[in-house]
Amino acid sequence: MAQMAYRDALNQALREEMARDPRVFLMGEEVGLYEGAYKVSKGLLQEFGPKRVIDTPIAEAGFTGVGIGAAMVGLRPVIEMMTFNFAILALDQIVNHAAKISYMSGGQYRVPIVIRGPGGAAFQLAAQHSQSMESYFCHVPGLKVVMPATPADAKGLLKSAIRDDGPVIFIESEVLYGFRGEVDEEEHLIPLGVAEVKRPGEDVTIVAWSKTLHLALEAAEALEQEGVSCEVVDPRTLRPLDKETILNSVRKTNRVVVLEEGARFSGVGAELASLISEEVFDLLDAPVYRVPGIDVPMPYARNLERAKIPTKERVIEAVHHVLYRQ
Amino acid sequence: MKHRAGRARQEGDAGALPLEKLLGMYRGMVKIRQFEEKAKELFQQALIRGGVHFYIGQEAVAVGACAALREDDYITSNHRGHGHCIAKGGRLDLMMAELMGKATGYCKGKGGSMHIADLDRGILGANGLVGGSMPIAAGAALSAKLRGTGQVTVSFFGDGGANIGAFHESLNFAAIWKLPVVYVCENNLYAISTCAAEATAVENIADRAAGYNIPGVIVDGQDILAVYDAVSQAVQRARRGEGPSLLEAKTYRFEGHFTGDPGVGYRTKEEVEAWRQRDPIAKFRDDLTATAGVDEAQLKAIWDEAAQELEAAVAFAKASPEPADEELLTDIYA
Repeated sequence: MAQMAYRDALNQALREEMARDPRVFLMGEEVGLYEGAYKVSKGLLQEFGPKRVIDTPIAEAGFTGVGIGAAMVGLRPVIEMMTFNFAILALDQIVNHAAKISYMSGGQYRVPIVIRGPGGAAFQLAAQHSQSMESYFCHVPGLKVVMPATPADAKGLLKSAIRDDGPVIFIESEVLYGFRGEVDEEEHLIPLGVAEVKRPGEDVTIVAWSKTLHLALEAAEALEQEGVSCEVVDPRTLRPLDKETILNSVRKTNRVVVLEEGARFSGVGAELASLISEEVFDLLDAPVYRVPGIDVPMPYARNLERAKIPTKERVIEAVHHVLYRQ
Repeated sequence: MKHRAGRARQEGDAGALPLEKLLGMYRGMVKIRQFEEKAKELFQQALIRGGVHFYIGQEAVAVGACAALREDDYITSNHRGHGHCIAKGGRLDLMMAELMGKATGYCKGKGGSMHIADLDRGILGANGLVGGSMPIAAGAALSAKLRGTGQVTVSFFGDGGANIGAFHESLNFAAIWKLPVVYVCENNLYAISTCAAEATAVENIADRAAGYNIPGVIVDGQDILAVYDAVSQAVQRARRGEGPSLLEAKTYRFEGHFTGDPGVGYRTKEEVEAWRQRDPIAKFRDDLTATAGVDEAQLKAIWDEAAQELEAAVAFAKASPEPADEELLTDIYA
């Protein structure tokens, strides 16, 4: 085990998989010489050369489509979106092509492609550079959607995503790139679709992923001081969703708070609330309570940005709410 | 960089290619024509549903282009894809079964007319999104280049597709990376009802090749030998590692845009009739009899054989079962 930053864990995953499988290559804006806008591809051009680390013009639909074509006939591309906001430009290729080609061709073609990059709000980047895109992609059958919150998960899940035979949307977080944690430097794979209980507890389940996981853990720590025991569940993969781990936690605590940075309406949290209501309604002691992003575009001003996204205080309030405490 | 495709041989001279190859090309065009006429009939009988876009009138482009390819080369197609699939060697029975939504179809009945694909023949798929397959073609070419296989990809698209952003992004990628891909624009003058002249500021789509510093070639899309020559040159160039080309075949769809469009209103009767007089199959038949020493009996035999194959394909499709209910849930995830 070694302490390393989230970005270095991703870098290690890419390096290991590129060394292991000559079909794997990285492509995107600024991934080569510049080593990635967030330095995730540091050293890879030097190590693997320009045929395996390919800088592209600014053309998200184009290079995503190029990746899909390459994936259909023998390669395993990893496409870097400088940020996931720009994946909106590539939605036709992702939704109409990557996600559907296997189904439409009756399973003749597979599209083993990973589309990765940071999503969500960072540091006052305003409306076009701060979007949480997971609900867009979660709505598309044929896509898998992965959102690691820790360096260890980042490494283990990216390696599994690259080995997956279908398209995987892999959303990282700009504010987590410098986050450090223990990472297994040996072969470390985490299967897609398996959640993890990040903190065991008894009274309330908090479901949270990516950077909101850390908010949940901070809130749980604070609540512990007042005698409330929270169990924090990180789905890690949103599609396919590890329903059982989430439901088992709710069966134990009977109360649940769902965190989500993305906007409330039609968010992933709505799906989780529906799942929990359908499966374990009789075991609930309070309605599922959501702490989502506010239904507005991301504002620029520091105070307004903070008001838009979930905060530790809102999580604590939510836990109080499901416990019927003031 | 643009030029009109020069034919190595004299006009109408089919004699420069082996007879077997020429007859194979004729067979390909005939198969497409018959398949499309039959599909039209089956659509009227409601045995085929959805959106079907007929290729009648454009047969010389698909067959001429695919005749210039190796078996392991790739093609990408668009919504008007039956001709491309047949030209690349696609099986009529599996196609017809797919059109009828049967379990034995190319895609188990889950794709239909606009999504026919054949892994074994390098057919990466028809595509319902205009321009959608253009970057995918560049990607297949990138894969071939990185793997060093010498394979070339031909990407078929229309004058409508030339106006979507994917066109620009794809040609730019192909040009800067010298990808082994040939972009073949079938300019049939109309994107549904929108006249290309009103939707495109340049006179020819091929003029745009200059913007990518690649060859732009205009070819008569009703002349299969002209198409074959132009695509052959572009394919050889691609295989030599010299990069992509943009070909524009001037052609015409004899039918409407799709099954629901009679194809009138935006086109005059005179215009349609004038193009019908330039039927690519009739032209090639004349070329073959005039300069390749082929007699009418040989051509009739090819027509009859194709009709038999088609009849068997229709019977196969009709007799095939619908996909099992469980198929709803398969092939989504690897």
